[in-house]
Amino acid sequence: MSCPQNETLIHGYVDGELDLLSALRLEAHLKECPSCALAYENHKALSRTLKSGPFYFRAAGDLGQRIRTALVESNPAASRPIASARKATWLRLSRPSWALLGVAASLALVALVALRFVPWPQHPSPDELLAQDVLASHVRSLMANHLTDVPSSDQHTVKPWFDGKLDFAPPVEDLSAQGFTLVGGRLDYLADRPVAALVYQRRNHFINLFIWPSTERSAQKAVMRQGYDLIHWTHSGMTYWAASDLNYRELAEFVRLVQDRIPP
Amino acid sequence: MEEPDKLRRFEQAVLPHLDSAYNLARWLIRNDHDAEDLVQEACLRALKSFEGFRGGDPRAWLLTIVRNTCYTWLQQNRLQELTTAFDEEIHTAEEHSRSPEALLLESADASRVQGALEELPPKFREAIVLRELEGMSYKEIAELCGIPVGTVMSRLARARQCLERYFTGPVKQGALL
Repeated sequence: MSCPQNETLIHGYVDGELDLLSALRLEAHLKECPSCALAYENHKALSRTLKSGPFYFRAAGDLGQRIRTALVESNPAASRPIASARKATWLRLSRPSWALLGVAASLALVALVALRFVPWPQHPSPDELLAQDVLASHVRSLMANHLTDVPSSDQHTVKPWFDGKLDFAPPVEDLSAQGFTLVGGRLDYLADRPVAALVYQRRNHFINLFIWPSTERSAQKAVMRQGYDLIHWTHSGMTYWAASDLNYRELAEFVRLVQDRIPP
Repeated sequence: MEEPDKLRRFEQAVLPHLDSAYNLARWLIRNDHDAEDLVQEACLRALKSFEGFRGGDPRAWLLTIVRNTCYTWLQQNRLQELTTAFDEEIHTAEEHSRSPEALLLESADASRVQGALEELPPKFREAIVLRELEGMSYKEIAELCGIPVGTVMSRLARARQCLERYFTGPVKQGALL
């Protein structure tokens, strides 16, 4: 039997719905409490069973047609041919975009404010702007108490979480043995597109690793902005940005570890 | 808005989510025929109020209407199902001390899992369906069902506990309700 005060929270944790602080607290508790750890394993197993099992009832093939006919009949004025629902597949993609729009809007605001107060050269290069966006994203993730959408130190939880949220699969590596603990993942918005943000922790320092596909090819670059180090590189069609207030040496070590793990 | 144009936009926005609509209705109603009728009824109702739909998530919007349609039907046809109290005594007490093996849950026979889920009261059943099968966030479920996010979490907790207890062993089978 799990501890009563934690039982409900464990479900929030299974669903990746806890805020970072509660998630970290619960994670620590799960390490110490075998009965809560067992409950967690059970809930996770049940969730997997339900997700992967044959439990989704799909509409019969003719239901769509039947409803279309009923709609037209209820709407006699509509006589023009009706577009097939299949042509509207782009609409399925538009569902998450409102949330992203919000993220983009707040990001734009942060960037605007940042640009006003930071003495930039007259015409910052696109790279310069992107670096500033990456930094804004990093800082915002720490300020807004929104470090992770999926708080988990398990790469096999974090990686599948991005399925269906991104049009690419970010490589998620567990580097806890090397002293960089995976804290979780988050959806972010950079370079005009949704990107994966993986969050690692070293002592009290957080590292945001932003990943998205791009055709850009660039050698590894390091920049320092407002006391934060940013390291940028590309590899096999992906762009990577690591941002942290960690000292440069350790951040570079982190980057090397990530690069070593990613297959060519 | 011109009628044909309205219908076309409605179909483009809403019909791609027909599977989601049917899945929710089928789980709430538990038979194919009535579920199909109710999805159709919900779509007709949705078309009528489509003018009021100002962007946002069409799936959540459609599912809200499907859910209302289904609950109205349940009230008229299976009132008892809605009013049956979830027996706290049965669902908390001593069974807590017995936990199923995670392995047992993962290898559970699909028809038994489905049966167990169908025995849950609708409010708990829909929480599982929306979370595990539709992959909705707590916030989305909260808005859809008109309940606080915390209630979504506690309903899911209760629902999962019940489902798991269903697999604790032969003694407790059928003791779900």
